[in-house]
Amino acid sequence: MKENIVIIGGGIAGLEAAGQLAALGYKPIIIEKSDHLGGHVAEWHRLFPDMTPARDVVGGLISRASGSNIFLNTEISFVNKLKDSYNIMLSNGISIITRIILVTTGFSVFEAARKEEYGYGVYDQVMTNRDLEHWFNTGKDKRVDNCAMNAVGFVHCVGSRDEKAKNPQCSKVCCITAIKQAIEIKQRFPEAMVYCFYMDLRMFGKKYEDFYINAQRDYGIRFIRGRVSEVSENIDGRVIVKAEDTLSGKPVKVTLDLLVLMAGMVCSQESTKVANMANLPVDSDGFLKSRDNVTAIIESPKEGVFYAGACTGPKTVPETLAEARAAALEVHLYIKSLE
Amino acid sequence: MIYQGKQKIWADYQKEIPDDHWFYVRSCIRQNFFPGAEHMFLEICRNVLGKDFFETEYHTTCGGIAYHCDTIPQETVMTIVARQFALMTEAGYENYVASCITSFGNYAEIMETWREFPEVETKIRELLWKACRREFKVPKYLAHASDLIYKYRNEIAAKARFRLVNRHTGEPLRVVEHIGCHYSKMFPSKGVGGAEYPYVLCGMIESWGGNVIDYPERRHCCGYGFRQYHVKANRGYSVSNTYKKFESMEPYHPDFIITNCPGCPYFMDRWQYVIAETQGKTYGENGYGIPVLTYEEVAALVLGYDPWDIGLQLHQVAVEPLLDKLGVEYDPDAKYKGLDRKDIMRPELPGVLKCC
Amino acid sequence: MDFGFKISPSSAINLDKVDLGKFEELHKAEPDVYKCMACGSCSSTCPASRFSGMSVRKVILDLQRGREKEAVALMRNCMLCGKCTMVCPRGINTRHLILSICRIYMEDGK
Repeated sequence: MKENIVIIGGGIAGLEAAGQLAALGYKPIIIEKSDHLGGHVAEWHRLFPDMTPARDVVGGLISRASGSNIFLNTEISFVNKLKDSYNIMLSNGISIITRIILVTTGFSVFEAARKEEYGYGVYDQVMTNRDLEHWFNTGKDKRVDNCAMNAVGFVHCVGSRDEKAKNPQCSKVCCITAIKQAIEIKQRFPEAMVYCFYMDLRMFGKKYEDFYINAQRDYGIRFIRGRVSEVSENIDGRVIVKAEDTLSGKPVKVTLDLLVLMAGMVCSQESTKVANMANLPVDSDGFLKSRDNVTAIIESPKEGVFYAGACTGPKTVPETLAEARAAALEVHLYIKSLE
Repeated sequence: MIYQGKQKIWADYQKEIPDDHWFYVRSCIRQNFFPGAEHMFLEICRNVLGKDFFETEYHTTCGGIAYHCDTIPQETVMTIVARQFALMTEAGYENYVASCITSFGNYAEIMETWREFPEVETKIRELLWKACRREFKVPKYLAHASDLIYKYRNEIAAKARFRLVNRHTGEPLRVVEHIGCHYSKMFPSKGVGGAEYPYVLCGMIESWGGNVIDYPERRHCCGYGFRQYHVKANRGYSVSNTYKKFESMEPYHPDFIITNCPGCPYFMDRWQYVIAETQGKTYGENGYGIPVLTYEEVAALVLGYDPWDIGLQLHQVAVEPLLDKLGVEYDPDAKYKGLDRKDIMRPELPGVLKCC
Repeated sequence: MDFGFKISPSSAINLDKVDLGKFEELHKAEPDVYKCMACGSCSSTCPASRFSGMSVRKVILDLQRGREKEAVALMRNCMLCGKCTMVCPRGINTRHLILSICRIYMEDGK
């Protein structure tokens, strides 16, 4: 089958779709801007709720997609709409004529420094969920090495459900990620007091509630319902966190050795760039707009352009993989309809 | 603390401040609290830096204090402000600088309101015309007076006689900066450095040789808050906020506090006396308090003005220990002499807080 | 000197200063105490609640915030009817929990 299929983005959505399309007999082209496949998940350590090593997941996806034409360190320079196809010009000078584009450009992690009151990049002992995964992977981070780890805090909804940060949407994965990371911290530092500051706990997924009960009952993680309003640094370099304990109706203050900000998901610059080039609409939440948010989330309103994964909104790994499989099938059916 | 992180934020909040030709309006209360401050501002801008600052005796309050005390509606405040703008327009200026932080916030709020709701501006123009037959242009640039001293900080440093350095130890002085809430909390983009890490006073301290202290309750309000202080029953709330700030800055041993608001320096200064009397606690060295100065007073000090000419005898907390650290010469006997060199009488000395 | 006003005490909860010694003891006896998710089922069904403010949810929260006196005062209103145990979605044996709290926190054991 000679039909060109261009997959923009070599994260887990792109890889899974490529693997499925390969199984259906196609040879898709994956265009990845960075020097590695697997996107954000490749930088993660373990995945909720079963603590699956992210490396194994990404490794499996890469091996199944290995029959694809893969361009690393490659960006899209422009997209031209031809009569019934698209001409895609790549930054490496190659141009591709295709009738099918699968957009799997994913999300960007919210830039935590934009929540100035939390002092990311200003206070020594403030890090993000992503930094913590990096430490789990490498064991290297002076914020962790430098402190006694008597008390650690997690701030939920950093750059999510936040109109001021222009992200009114829930990023979906942060609640459960905070619980996962809080447990991992408690496993490594059993004596540490671990606090989670949350607005709501959204435990919607399979086994999430079990994981939450686990965190409460077996690890004694303290959940404080209240959004952190302000972080400051005290004279010995530890951070002081202010919030309201909304269940007691009183302000609460605590000194922590380490504060982890659960930075949310925002539409990636690449998604926006591709949307501009291919003339795809953007939804009110800033992510790419599907043909229908109930029945056709993986279809763009444009002929031959499909979506999978977090380019249309925050998603978990299993949701992204399911969408990628569905998109592969949709692409296959579309090709059949063209014959 | 990662200094570069703050620099990044500061770079995001730089506002355009024209160099010259300003229409200056005074504060209602600063002239009574620390009268030397506004005088020194004009003295420095006009006579040291040679800038054009126009002032008219026809201007009034901006109405901000009554607005914030909930005693007059916003239309009234807007009409008062419109009259001030008319005075500026009549004098041929388009850059407007306010001495008071709340005025600055008030002007910023009104200008934003008019920008967003032009029909409100039209209505206010009508009201002003009916009230006093005046017309106005909205200022092209609005600044707080501390923005100007920030702008001129390096020129002042170049002409300075003293640096904010402890002459006994050679170490930079440790300075707490306190920003008035209405400077940038309402409109972060209107303040130099934004609202979380304002740079306007930090810039002066750095330029004049001091070290800025960032302590946990740095962003906290001084507690004045108009109604909190003006109603006696609420004063406990006011002093509690100041107390919280002093407790938080205490471990850093600040040499002095620099402020850019009318209320903050007054209350952080006077409440130290009340805290000393009620809690038996003082925060400076050897039973003294921590001097609280306005940025104009600090600018005047580094430029070498006589501390009694800039009104430092009107502070509750004795400034002499600070003057000694800076190496500023002063005549203790002249402290309570007026401009005519006649005795203005000495205040009664408090029981706990040590004063000279 | 009396100024007619004074420094008000802070109402903020300072978690650095909360002594959780007794709560740890309680947790050993009642591991499920941590499972409370503050849904309020216990308080809404409690026969003593509307007359006395009794609330197992509040008691559990207060104990963790160092407000032991307030928690014990609430506890004294419990009639041990056991309705809260019936409604708890997290399956906390609240009746048993209440007895353990009495044992650990009430000095006279009553």
